[in-house]
Amino acid sequence: MTDLTLTRGTVDRERLLRLLQEYGVYAGVVVLLLFNFAFTSNFVSTENFRTQAVQVAPVLVVALGMALAIGTEGVDLAVGSVMALSTSLLSLYLGYGPWMATLMAVAGGIAIGLANGTLIAFLGVQPIVATLALMVAGRGLALVLLPQLEDVRDPGMASLGSGDVLGVPYLVLIAAALALLVAFVVRRTTFGRQLLAIGDSRPAARLAGLPVRRVLIVVYACSGALAAVAGVLATARLTASDPTSLGNLMELSAITAVVVGGTPLSGGRVRIGGTVAGAVLIQLLTTTLIKHDLAPSWTQMAQAVVIVAAVYAARERGKR
Amino acid sequence: MLSVTGVSKHFPGVRALSEVDFTARAGEVHALVGENGAGKSTLIKVLTGVYQPDAGEVVHNGSPVRFTTPLQAQQAGISTIYQEVNLVPLMSVARNLLLGREPRGRLGLIDFRRMHREADEALRGLGIRVDVRRPLRELGVGAQQMVALARAVAIDARVVIMDEPTSSLEPREVRTLFDVIAMLRERGIAVVYVSHRMDELYEICDAVTVLRDGRVVHTGRLADLERLRLVSLMLGREIGEVRSEGLTKFTGSHRSAAEPVLRAEGLTVRHRLRDVSLSIRPGEVVGLGGLLGSGRSETAKAVAGALPTDSGRVSVGGVPVRTGSTPAAIRAGISLLPEDRKAEGISPGLSVRENIALAALPGLSRFGLVDNARVDRVVDTFVKRLRIKSAGPHQKVGELSGGNQQKVLLARWLALNPKVLLLDEPTRGIDVGAKAEVQALIDELADDGLAVLLISSDTEELIEGSDRIIVLKDGAVVDELTGDDVTEDALMRAIAAEPAATETPGSARD
Amino acid sequence: MKSAAVHEDADQDGAPGRGERFSALAQQHGALVTLVVAMVAASLSFDTFLTGDNLENMALSSAFLAVVALGMTFVIVTGGIDLSVGSLFALGGVLAAWGSQYGTVVALLLPLAVCGLIGVVNGLLIARSGLAPFIVTLAAMLGARGILLAITDEGSRTYLVDKDSFFATLGQGSLLGIGVPIWITVVLFVLGAVVLRRTRFGQYVYAVGGNEDAAALMGAPVAGTKIAVYALSGLCAGLAGALNAAWLVSGVTILGSGMELEAISAVVIGGTLLSGGFGFVSGALVGVLLLKVIQNVINQIGSLDSAYQQVVSGVFLAVVVVAQTWLGRRRRVL
Repeated sequence: MTDLTLTRGTVDRERLLRLLQEYGVYAGVVVLLLFNFAFTSNFVSTENFRTQAVQVAPVLVVALGMALAIGTEGVDLAVGSVMALSTSLLSLYLGYGPWMATLMAVAGGIAIGLANGTLIAFLGVQPIVATLALMVAGRGLALVLLPQLEDVRDPGMASLGSGDVLGVPYLVLIAAALALLVAFVVRRTTFGRQLLAIGDSRPAARLAGLPVRRVLIVVYACSGALAAVAGVLATARLTASDPTSLGNLMELSAITAVVVGGTPLSGGRVRIGGTVAGAVLIQLLTTTLIKHDLAPSWTQMAQAVVIVAAVYAARERGKR
Repeated sequence: MLSVTGVSKHFPGVRALSEVDFTARAGEVHALVGENGAGKSTLIKVLTGVYQPDAGEVVHNGSPVRFTTPLQAQQAGISTIYQEVNLVPLMSVARNLLLGREPRGRLGLIDFRRMHREADEALRGLGIRVDVRRPLRELGVGAQQMVALARAVAIDARVVIMDEPTSSLEPREVRTLFDVIAMLRERGIAVVYVSHRMDELYEICDAVTVLRDGRVVHTGRLADLERLRLVSLMLGREIGEVRSEGLTKFTGSHRSAAEPVLRAEGLTVRHRLRDVSLSIRPGEVVGLGGLLGSGRSETAKAVAGALPTDSGRVSVGGVPVRTGSTPAAIRAGISLLPEDRKAEGISPGLSVRENIALAALPGLSRFGLVDNARVDRVVDTFVKRLRIKSAGPHQKVGELSGGNQQKVLLARWLALNPKVLLLDEPTRGIDVGAKAEVQALIDELADDGLAVLLISSDTEELIEGSDRIIVLKDGAVVDELTGDDVTEDALMRAIAAEPAATETPGSARD
Repeated sequence: MKSAAVHEDADQDGAPGRGERFSALAQQHGALVTLVVAMVAASLSFDTFLTGDNLENMALSSAFLAVVALGMTFVIVTGGIDLSVGSLFALGGVLAAWGSQYGTVVALLLPLAVCGLIGVVNGLLIARSGLAPFIVTLAAMLGARGILLAITDEGSRTYLVDKDSFFATLGQGSLLGIGVPIWITVVLFVLGAVVLRRTRFGQYVYAVGGNEDAAALMGAPVAGTKIAVYALSGLCAGLAGALNAAWLVSGVTILGSGMELEAISAVVIGGTLLSGGFGFVSGALVGVLLLKVIQNVINQIGSLDSAYQQVVSGVFLAVVVVAQTWLGRRRRVL
């Protein structure tokens, strides 16, 4: 009989740990919100919420694409460069109107994504290296197209960046809509389910007749497209195109958001809700530290600790 | 001498071992037998320090010990050979053999010349001749297993545990292995031999311990135990039952239609298959016989589009199927249950439901959206029909037992409503109970009109399950056994025959 | 005893035919051949390429990246990756510059100690807690940069090295006409090569990268090996940063960004497999030189700016990796 209770005890602890790793990120967000409510002046204001949300939007959109790539046991390091490329293309084609310019920007992102996908799916190159190569080449290309910062003077872009509907900024609406879309795709479409299977066990997926190569290419194309959209959103907000600095280290923020949100690097599972929470968490963390006059150095170190803590909590409990 | 007394071990929800006593004596080859899930692996892991027992103790050379890591057990002289070769494929044979014990020269740097010499000598001592400088992965699996064995023996082990060591070996390699085991016995080393293969057990083992559901149900000299009694102990069934039904669950021959539904002609893959042709009629079970490396799995994979062919044609119902494309084969109604269920079969992190629906997903979706209601219906049907035991359709497949995983895989393919079912080692590594269920199911499927290809290294299973057997050797078809010729003797003879003797016209066509 | 010899006939299981041998050779020496070809092409196209000054300059500026890549090679051979080396490089430089006021010993020891320690922490998290190297070293990258900012007033303080100190000569001096950093790099590479190929530790590194589970079962100290390689990588990055500070006679705070990717590129281009278990130290050196030559060529063209260099580097890396994968596939016995 003692054996049975022992068993149950272990099961309870396992369950607790699993709950922690699944919902820990939400708890973190709540904790930070409460902390700020209590100790940060001017936190609870429409103005502030607006600013926070608008800042999260681009990171979130990039993280959505990153989550898809990570779900296939891959990664997309090129997203930052795609943002830079998209801002360059946007500026170049702004003369044809904001819609055309956006289209070209997204096309650029898709092109990079297709390049990644081809390297990874058809030529068998590892995702880290393939996207690394495109990351380097991509930013170079962005700078070749647009060597210096240029202001974006377009009423359409301006309203995208600062306009709102019923008080909710366009940027936030778009990011939210994209999050819902991606979540839907992952859960309810054949493509989404196949994506997860490919991430879980690629040889099994292949033998089951799944169109592995096709899915992978589409995944990276999506990641590229989403990163490009994020680039457009960020450009609209800044009303300027700066290919030198836009998207710098964005891949790290995106990966952090995804991982902290509970999507495992080993693939097979994608948590969009967690990714959203992860992006929000990072934003809140940075803001909290800034508003309390903590230097950027502390922000970076804090980010480092959060990442490690999140992955630590999420690791597979293999040892018995 | 290594033993355990009163050892118990449990994991969440599962009692793996209950009060097990087991002793491996010096100079004795001790068979450890039982279904999967009976606790053999767990016991071995307790013996070798991978797990710590929850109760009871491990006794080594008279004193209780507690191994907390496999390395400790190894240092105490306990060596293990696993089913999968646990060496480093990219490194050379010599480096693998002597990892951690490399001979060093001046300045503590490795003396490669001496290392190669020592490796060569160690392998020759076991009757193995390979170029020790070549990367391990360039060797065949059998040779790799020999290297693993040489390493175990060279480490001055006093206890050698072998977990299904012959599963990837050719008969001549098995002989080498047995010679080595005999040598170990003479040297006074204790050998623990875990295997499903009764012929081998009776040939090489002195003592036997049978485990069932985590308990010891029998232990004693193997010579005193009759085969059928051994099987019944493992199964927990009465001898009469076993004898009347034969050792497998197959009922015999099936009625089949006249026209073949699957035709494969001239399948050729460089170094692997040479002009292999076969055909299967609906309702027929065709067995592929042959040694390891004879091309059985490759044939199945080639037919299923998983292995691109240099030449050859495949057709289903008279309609040609594009080779080298798994989706094309699946669309044509060909389903393959691969040999390596863990690596190529299941998606361990996905649920039972997801696994079963995986291949059929496009058909269960509308406009790219998954129709969950239909999926649920299909999954439910197969879980019931195949009696898949799990905590529910949402449990991760990786957590199921081998037998249930195999059933999930079968369900995945059956959900496609195939015309042709290729089964590569469908009952390997699963417990006797599930084995019987799968065999009965294969019979059922054939009776329902499915054309089945059966590959099995269990000769009894192959003989009893097949209506016809096509014999492969070195990638080519050498014979076909039909009717009364479907016997173990005929199969052995066909495999052993000289190439010239079997070159009879029409011997491999349908 | 019956000697049923398991005789591995070369012909039986697919002889290492010409195709395989070519692939093996190409893998090992492809980068070197490309480097030679590139250099020949460059010297033919540009008069200013093959000058003593230019070569010296290229060698000197690649020395620091090379040392970083040396440490990175060990990590990659174990199948891991170290994204923190860029930040450790910068941190090492700042620490060295600050410490130089207390003498050369401190200037060298301080960065080694701190960066080595961070490497050990990386290794512990990766080996003992089983966290993914990618994430751990990414966090270390951020953390190290945070420390850097903290000790330099958020990046605004640049510590200077006394131009006349012995420490400065380590960076700026020359021996037999060749810069000291180059000598140091060569010595380190020789040591590194010996350690990786000819020591038991080196064998463990290959084993862990080739098949970690098997290595553990074979009794290799997997955790210890992993911790050691990350420590090594940290030490190399710190040392490179220190030497760099000596060369620039100051601890520049904005350096190192993107260096980890350059180092990884160099190692991979040089022939080491990212998946682990196969690689060599000399490959890192060849890779660094090759990248440097490309950079130099683009600078020579003059009218193109550094953005083009990035594009070319990126494309080049992609080409090399594709070639590696393609060659690797041909060698594998299915």
